[in-house]
Amino acid sequence: MTTEITHPKHELLRDERFPHIWCPGCGLGIVLQSYLNAIEKSGTKLEDNVLVSGIGCTARLPGYTNLDTYHTTHGRAIAFATGMKIANPSLKVTVISGDGDLFNIGGNHFIHAARRNMDLMVICVNNFNYGMTGGQHGSTTPTSSITASTPYGNIEASFNLPYIAAALGASFVARWTVMHPRQFTKSIQKALEIKGFSFIEVLSPCPPNFGKLNGFTDGFAEMEFYRKYSVVDEKANLEDIWIDPHHGKEIVLGEFVNRRKPSYLMREEELINKLKEVKQ
Amino acid sequence: MSGLLPAGKYFADGNFATAEGAIMAGCRFFAGYPITPSSEVLERMSRRLPEIGGHFIEMEDEIGSMAAILGASNAGLKSMTATSGPGFSLMQENLGLGIVTETPAVVLDEMRAGPSTGIPTRVGQGDIMQARWGSHGDYAPITYAPNSVQESFDLTIEAFNASETYREPVIIASDQVIGHLSELLVVKPYEEYTIIQRLIRKKKEDNKVFSFSDDFIPMFIPGTGFRGNVDSLTHDERGYPSNESSVEEVMLKHLIGKIKNNEDKIIKYEEYEIDDAEVVIVAYGITSRVAKHAVKLARKEGMKVGLFRPITLWPFPEKNIRSIGERIRLFIVPEINYGQYSHSVREYGCRETREIHFPPGEIPDYRVILKNIEEAFL
Repeated sequence: MTTEITHPKHELLRDERFPHIWCPGCGLGIVLQSYLNAIEKSGTKLEDNVLVSGIGCTARLPGYTNLDTYHTTHGRAIAFATGMKIANPSLKVTVISGDGDLFNIGGNHFIHAARRNMDLMVICVNNFNYGMTGGQHGSTTPTSSITASTPYGNIEASFNLPYIAAALGASFVARWTVMHPRQFTKSIQKALEIKGFSFIEVLSPCPPNFGKLNGFTDGFAEMEFYRKYSVVDEKANLEDIWIDPHHGKEIVLGEFVNRRKPSYLMREEELINKLKEVKQ
Repeated sequence: MSGLLPAGKYFADGNFATAEGAIMAGCRFFAGYPITPSSEVLERMSRRLPEIGGHFIEMEDEIGSMAAILGASNAGLKSMTATSGPGFSLMQENLGLGIVTETPAVVLDEMRAGPSTGIPTRVGQGDIMQARWGSHGDYAPITYAPNSVQESFDLTIEAFNASETYREPVIIASDQVIGHLSELLVVKPYEEYTIIQRLIRKKKEDNKVFSFSDDFIPMFIPGTGFRGNVDSLTHDERGYPSNESSVEEVMLKHLIGKIKNNEDKIIKYEEYEIDDAEVVIVAYGITSRVAKHAVKLARKEGMKVGLFRPITLWPFPEKNIRSIGERIRLFIVPEINYGQYSHSVREYGCRETREIHFPPGEIPDYRVILKNIEEAFL
């Protein structure tokens, strides 16, 4: 006798698309679960939640959810989402994509969306490398890390993402790891209520690529590293919270920015109202 | 409809006409990046759209502009961008996204001298093959080539209608001269224009986002409970990605077939003095106006020459060019480039084809075309 088992999140998943493409030990399953928990708890109408992604392992996440989902081109999810949100402000548009997609090829769109305080949530799953193409280095790869394209160690400096986002003027900025799903989920819930640009970085293992080449024998080892080296410090000086796993530096987590300031859509509405007054 | 350009006669340039034509067609979202010679379209949209309940955003580059109009179009608004060669190059990848996700949008490429930065302020026609083949992979674009201010207005409306009907980004390959020359523009009352309105697909049991068997189903829009997936990867009718060549085949046959099977409805052209012609000039955009003048002068001298002007460059007017080729002895193809459209004329016309290469940067000299006609009748 067999019993049919359905996933507890059955309603929010496209069951027929499983199994997913992610590797054993990957953190993306936790990200998926956290996002779905957050939108359920948020009180937003589920059909208002739209996911947009670029290209990469993370960018496949929206396609597994049973929401309105848009898998676009490499690096361009934020620009696509910008058009979508302006065209229909009642949507809750979230971009979920990887570090390579959002900050290497797509860095320009991130900068400008944050500067505009565009009414979007951007979740960046940072695994420190290009997972889908075999683990090459990118702008988030820590200095000295070994990757498929830095066989002698990465000589470049890496981005400190919360620092960038805060400097650009985002309304909400947080960083968690997939070892912190409850905090991560709460941050998503908060970000859903924010007017303006909210940014959440979530660190996630990439066991066969970055992990394997940098001393993390499997996904669990990298999770253990996050557990051991993470500290929550919401008052941290953001300039100092870059990531350096090779010299015992703490990984600083928390909700660093949560501020009320005019968003792009608030300003656009103001402009349109002003034009109406002039007409009358 | 309030806020539209009132019916009447205007002395206007092509950029004004394109922007107002777009608004008449129902365009309510514009994203763009300033670039000579099309910037006036962006400027006019920045003034007009907020007045009439539309949205304007100046993006950080042309890549973002193209992505943003696809996002806005998927959210339900008729959308447009305007650019020139360098920006058009940057848009190619997301143009492909629009093709594969079957997203309506209109892209104005106002051609200037190239390659690279070229001569930004002066005319060129070097993007003809880019309009056809610029994005990677196979597809069948629709491209209009206006040759007047009036057509800049009228064809922009047609471009929106075609993009809504066939669900793909449509290109208007105009040029710097048409964009900047001022002449008579006659605008009719809104009711007299055919405007194709966007239909919205409701949630259905079959979960289809696309139909690869019927040619057309309406788009869904997010926020209506449809829960659809729109994907840049090769996908099936539900929008689900696949690595299978068989899925790719079905999808591609649809993407190309929906245009190919409707070519007779899409293709537009003008014929001038064609019936008894022994020599036919094929010219488009500003070059077609110069060529028409040369044809008139040659006709006065008794030379049996005509003009075929493709108004839609793509899909290529294969049947027309083939049948003309069967009854004439020579095609002459003047272009402000070093031979682009001439290749297709030669391929489908099956007739000797002489190219005239006008260097980008100048309006073609009618005397050069006339001389080529005269040589053909020696």
